[in-house]
Amino acid sequence: MIAELGLAALWLAAALAVLQLVFGTIFTFKSAEKAEFSQIVRPAAAMQGVLCALSFLILTWLFARTDLSVKLVAMNSHSMKPMIFKIAGTWGNHEGSMLLWVTVMAMAGALIALIERRLPERTMMATLAAQAFVGLGFYAFLLFSSNPFERLDPPALEGMGLNPLLQDIGLAFHPPTLYFGYVGLSVAFSFAVGALLTRQVTPDFARAMRPWVLGAWIFLTVGITAGSYWAYYELGWGGWWFWDPVENASLMPWLAATALLHSVSVLAARDALRAWTIMLGVVAFSMSMVGTFLVRSGILTSVHAFAVDPERGSFLLALLAIYIGGALLVFAVRAGSVTEGERFSLVSREGALVVNNVMLSAILGVVLLGTLYPLLTEAFDVRVSVGPPYFNPVSAIFALPMLLVMAVGPLLRWRHDNAKRIRPELILIAVLGLVTLAGVVAFAGIAVLPTLGIALAVVVIVASVMPLRGRKLRLLPLATWGMVIAHLGIGVSLLGMASETAFTQEKLAAVKVGDTTQVGPWTIKLDRIDPVAGPNWTALEGVLEASYRGGKPVIIDPQSRNFWSPPQETNESALITRWNGQLYAVLGREAGEGRWQLRLWWKPLVTLIWIGGMMVALGGALALIGRVYTDLRRRRVMRKAVERRSEASA
Amino acid sequence: MIRKLSAIVLALVLLAHLAPLAQPAMAQDDLPPAPYAYRQLDDPAQEAKAQALMETLRCLKCQSQSIADSDASMAGDMRSEVRQRIAAGESPEAIRRWLMDRYGDYVSYKPEVSETTWPLFAGPLILLLIAAAVLWRRLGGKRG
Repeated sequence: MIAELGLAALWLAAALAVLQLVFGTIFTFKSAEKAEFSQIVRPAAAMQGVLCALSFLILTWLFARTDLSVKLVAMNSHSMKPMIFKIAGTWGNHEGSMLLWVTVMAMAGALIALIERRLPERTMMATLAAQAFVGLGFYAFLLFSSNPFERLDPPALEGMGLNPLLQDIGLAFHPPTLYFGYVGLSVAFSFAVGALLTRQVTPDFARAMRPWVLGAWIFLTVGITAGSYWAYYELGWGGWWFWDPVENASLMPWLAATALLHSVSVLAARDALRAWTIMLGVVAFSMSMVGTFLVRSGILTSVHAFAVDPERGSFLLALLAIYIGGALLVFAVRAGSVTEGERFSLVSREGALVVNNVMLSAILGVVLLGTLYPLLTEAFDVRVSVGPPYFNPVSAIFALPMLLVMAVGPLLRWRHDNAKRIRPELILIAVLGLVTLAGVVAFAGIAVLPTLGIALAVVVIVASVMPLRGRKLRLLPLATWGMVIAHLGIGVSLLGMASETAFTQEKLAAVKVGDTTQVGPWTIKLDRIDPVAGPNWTALEGVLEASYRGGKPVIIDPQSRNFWSPPQETNESALITRWNGQLYAVLGREAGEGRWQLRLWWKPLVTLIWIGGMMVALGGALALIGRVYTDLRRRRVMRKAVERRSEASA
Repeated sequence: MIRKLSAIVLALVLLAHLAPLAQPAMAQDDLPPAPYAYRQLDDPAQEAKAQALMETLRCLKCQSQSIADSDASMAGDMRSEVRQRIAAGESPEAIRRWLMDRYGDYVSYKPEVSETTWPLFAGPLILLLIAAAVLWRRLGGKRG
């Protein structure tokens, strides 16, 4: 009965979306005659949010209770799972995750329907109609091909989902983080379509759209950073980015969102880059659809497996084609009538932002090509490998100049500036970069890309705090702090990446108990091997005494685990974090004659990669808080002014 | 030392010819790992060379991992093969060729222009041109 209630709520929400689409569209094109139609759209959007939330709560309840008469629960859960993983299991599967997507989207739609009052009513209705249109595709997908509430008759005796490898707290919260990002971009897309339909591409529109872009971008940043760290400690070989299609599926929307974020800020501040912002809004959402398609269609495991059971994939592909095709069509028809807005010269803040938006788009193009091309050739039975040796240098062609411009851009003034004005800063940056470059070339002798990476990182780190010079720090707007910290984070992260790539030291050794081995500045003694047991695994634990440059030894204990249901062997790495890097230790198999395989790495400054990533997200959060706060204050001032005026006239 | 190593390599090559690496996938996990799967070469220069090569070879049993960072037993065998051939003085590119002859171009991550991969190189070039054209139009044209 409860499951049916969830399904009914979902159908009702879909019906409301139809209502929202129809009435919103009619109002958009015939607002003069059908003014009363707008009365129905906002409540419909709000109610949809409530119904979807109810539906999702019901599914969560079914998982928490382990209701085995529901097929999804029986397939993916188990009565013996810890409660937290039962609940996280709600979205740990295909159907549940799509329901989460729809729910977040409906709630976002409800939120803009309830609070966004700045835009002209027609633009707002067009936006909500677009939102309903996008939503309907996903409702159809859920209801027709991925019903999460399907019953199982007779009920299962026990669930099938006790896979211990999936009981990982990081894994439970990683996908929703990315989904929040994807959904945020769908809202930005709806705004873009709405503004395009009514030709109201204004700074107000940019201010309404910006929090959603910022929010989406923060979630994507956190998701990518956390995913990278998870791969790093979990896979046991110390790699932190593989250019895997799943990773690229989250990187591509991030790149597009980054470009959109900067473009929308130019539009809000300067009323320039109108068509550009709309285009990037369409691209950003397209990339999140491509990402969803790649991850959810099963095409990555094998193109051929996808061809055998293409229902879900085809559905997503069709949605992708309809949304992107439709949006591009509207864009093509309307873009001519959207003027570019205010002009600016090459040497200006806008000029730098345009250069970098083009660079970001080019990197996005490279990643898209490298991700999709092997899938395309595989369909014709030609297998091509595209990996780091392709992605790293090719994206660097665009990334290196972009980072240079990023360092200088924030020092420039809006509209028109003269390079002479910031000559001391430019000289300082150039000298610093060249000295670092020369130093690295002379003393380190490492590969080209990391060398350039280190020099650029130093440049970016120093340049990113320069906008603070000569300003009263207490009076600086929060959004400016956000920019400084986010740019600084990029530099910090880059330094970590370059340093890890260039200076990592590896040691694979077969060590007898009681013997020592060396990796970089570390001396490591294999103290003993202990057998240990967990709830569903047994393990051998290597107790290692690690000492940095002969200092006080620290104990670490990497494990080699054997799970029995399902049988699987995993390595639990052990880390020692210092300010200047991480020691990474993995225990391998027995190597005969009482010796054990140890895999050891000393990775200088590696943690900066993720610290930088979190700084970028923090910068985004500060900017978001700052912008929302300013908006609220402006709104209050406006309301007061209106009240005063009506009092005066009365 | 060298003679002993080359004897091992010769034996391995013979063995490999008798039983291609790709075939005995079953029960491989129970065999002890190949000698250099988890062991570095003694000469750091040779090890660095081997490592650089391994990072550009695909683990055929994994998703998007190189043989340099995989626990799959086949990746271990390939690592051992690479290290032993490097130690025997073969050039990295010769080893890559040998592996590509065996497993197809798919095994190599190193980008090479061929009739199936040219779009991967044409794409970025076109992007470069488009980027330059867009910037020229937006920023270069109206400096007045």
